[in-house]
Amino acid sequence: MTQPSLWRVLEPKWRTALQRIREERSRGGSGKLLLLVAVGTLFWLAVFWMLYVILRYFRGVEELGPLLAGKLLGLVLLSFISILVLSNVITALSSFFLAKDLDLLVSAPVDWLRIYLAKLGETLLHSSWMVALMAVPILTAYGVIYRGGPLFAPFAVLTLFPMLVVPAVAGSALTLVLVNVFPARRTRDLLSIVALGAAGGLILLLRVIRPERLASPEGFRNLLDFIAVLRTPTSPFLPSEWATKAIMTFLRGELDPLPLVLLWTTAAGLVTIGAMLHRALFAPGFTKAQEGAERFVRGAWWRWTVGTLLGFLPVAKREFVLKDVKLFFRDTTQWSQLILLAVLVVVYLFNIKALPLHRGEQVGFFYVTLVSFLNLGLAGFVLAAIAARFIFPAVSLEGRHMWLLRSSPLELKTLLWSKYWVGTVPLLVLALLLTGLTNVLLQVRPFMMVVSMLTIGGLTLAIAALALGFGALYPQFETENAAQIPTSFGGLVYMMATIALLGWVIFVLWQAVYAYVRAVYEGQPVVVTAWMVLCFAVVAATCAAATALPLWVGLRRMERFEF
Amino acid sequence: MIRLENLTKHYGSFIAVDDVSLEVSRGLLYGFLGPNGAGKTTTLRMIAGILRPTDGRVFLGGDDVHRNPIAAKQRLGFIPDRPFVYDKLTGAEFLRFVAALYGQEGDTVDRRVAELLEVFELASWKDELVEAYSHGMRQKLIISSALIHRPEYIVVDEPMVGLDPKAARLLKDIFRQFVSRGGTVLMSTHTLEVAEAMCDRVAIIQHGKIVAEGTVDDLRHQHRAGDASLEELFLKLTGGAQVRELAEVLGHGGDDGAP
Repeated sequence: MTQPSLWRVLEPKWRTALQRIREERSRGGSGKLLLLVAVGTLFWLAVFWMLYVILRYFRGVEELGPLLAGKLLGLVLLSFISILVLSNVITALSSFFLAKDLDLLVSAPVDWLRIYLAKLGETLLHSSWMVALMAVPILTAYGVIYRGGPLFAPFAVLTLFPMLVVPAVAGSALTLVLVNVFPARRTRDLLSIVALGAAGGLILLLRVIRPERLASPEGFRNLLDFIAVLRTPTSPFLPSEWATKAIMTFLRGELDPLPLVLLWTTAAGLVTIGAMLHRALFAPGFTKAQEGAERFVRGAWWRWTVGTLLGFLPVAKREFVLKDVKLFFRDTTQWSQLILLAVLVVVYLFNIKALPLHRGEQVGFFYVTLVSFLNLGLAGFVLAAIAARFIFPAVSLEGRHMWLLRSSPLELKTLLWSKYWVGTVPLLVLALLLTGLTNVLLQVRPFMMVVSMLTIGGLTLAIAALALGFGALYPQFETENAAQIPTSFGGLVYMMATIALLGWVIFVLWQAVYAYVRAVYEGQPVVVTAWMVLCFAVVAATCAAATALPLWVGLRRMERFEF
Repeated sequence: MIRLENLTKHYGSFIAVDDVSLEVSRGLLYGFLGPNGAGKTTTLRMIAGILRPTDGRVFLGGDDVHRNPIAAKQRLGFIPDRPFVYDKLTGAEFLRFVAALYGQEGDTVDRRVAELLEVFELASWKDELVEAYSHGMRQKLIISSALIHRPEYIVVDEPMVGLDPKAARLLKDIFRQFVSRGGTVLMSTHTLEVAEAMCDRVAIIQHGKIVAEGTVDDLRHQHRAGDASLEELFLKLTGGAQVRELAEVLGHGGDDGAP
């Protein structure tokens, strides 16, 4: 029998993607596309500009310049490859073992190699597209600064492609082995914790060793030591190092085919080994993947704690909140992200503590107040990102269950209310902790403490409402994975709206804080003027409007949902 | 009584339900039949308040489902065709959650949950997450959830799909008892034997319009079908020619040597 082509095996996937684009177009999605392209281009330009400035500086440094540029590229590609292995492991689990098209593919007379290659391609595409896009402005900057010429672009593609294949094969193989040891659904739980724990640990480690100190030359005995460190490959057996070498050699105008040969042969060799492993282990692994996660759960603990705490609420609201809390903590893919969040908060506070504001010469109160003030914006941005991940998908995740909620006498107001507070309360605790602790570390004065705590409180209420409102305006009912929902167009619009809100609030608040700073600086008594009161009132009104309006719009939108 | 007045639903230029009017009296088990894509599910979802009609009204015991939804839905139990349930809740938790949506809680609900799980043979699974349930078990859980708050009306879309024969028989008994106590069931089904055996009256919908309505005997009489079965009547009303064509296609396949 003639086997179908890979293109044919993947047909449902690409046809679905094409259909989505068509639907988007028919809904007047060209505006969306334009916005996406604009934001993407801006992001690319920002990355390009940053790299361009750094590389231009490196180019000006004799001897050390190319070494530093090579080292930087090596580090970037190494971090890419580390991220790719983790993301490929998780993506491979979905595409090889949990995807909906597997029943059809496995039951059809399609040979194992085609299934392997099709699924490997799918895994590669899903896990690497973001890294590949990110590499474009970075490599463009290298090409421009070191005058790579028109051949540099195809050469970079030729170098990067096998570098992306290697982690895809390695990740898929690791998943294949893990699924044969644990059932797939358990493996997913395990992997979420391990991957996020590892990523968190890595971030923490990188920050705590304070890499910025390595950049100071006094850390090395002499220049030769420094050069020797730069010449040493970061990881001589890793494809990222070969890719770095290939690119840097090309940019220097030399010809050394070895790194490219190493990359391509390793990729080809690994695909072969991966295919053999797939042949031996896929069938038993796929069978195991069909096993449900068997475990008995007793929800009494939540009932006694959260249920009792919310005893004052009407039964429908209470049970709705209780349901959301249970669903969150029983889904490892959801709560495990809290590990990463905790790590990021620690790193954030560590960074504030590491600021040289209170060392050596006493730094004026102006800088302390300024940092505390700017910290509001930064904390707001962190909260916006967290809300995008946890609150924005809340309405979308109810999509499949709307038959129950809409056919019951539950008011949509109640549903929105529950979603809002389930998301807002932990966010508010985090916001106040983050701002309060930062202010304590910065040793700010009581005025700034009160202003920043009240502002971040108001902002948090608004950020949560915006996340929920935009989540209702741009629902993604078909997406099963909550983590994918914030990366949609609606997620982008929400982030832009939130950043605009943050910018406006910071701008208005600065008018009041500046009057206070000037008074203290000039040694005058701080008097709360009418201007300051007006500024505070505008901030309060903005936060109130940014809370009420999105919730109202979200509610209206939800009333028009059809399932 | 369930009453539909000129119920219409458009999806863009496509008319899914076209000016349907219907009355289902109390104490009746009413069958809603029709080929795939005829508009059954859309109609039922409008009755349950999930979809908003383009035009027309739905009344449940005098309350308009879309103008006075809380009062209307309080009396309703809806069983959808696809059993989407919260995967990370246990069966017992799901039933308690549904009861809470109808404002019910406490010992009475706990007893009712235990009873229903026992009746549908899910008692030993009550503390298991729904993600481990089979399709049939999920279907049983959803049926239980529609009964948990003791509704007056049950609207059910393809109730027998995924149920084993024992559960299917149980469901038939439950529905019969429910209507004998004054409840009303509006049921869409493809299983015409079930409809013929269970339903007091039936309506056949095609291309969004009701093409026949009454008892099975009424329909036979109206369409001069003698003692034809409901299946024959159904095919006659909804395009039996297609079935014959299908048989011919399958027959040709056999001639070609297919097994």
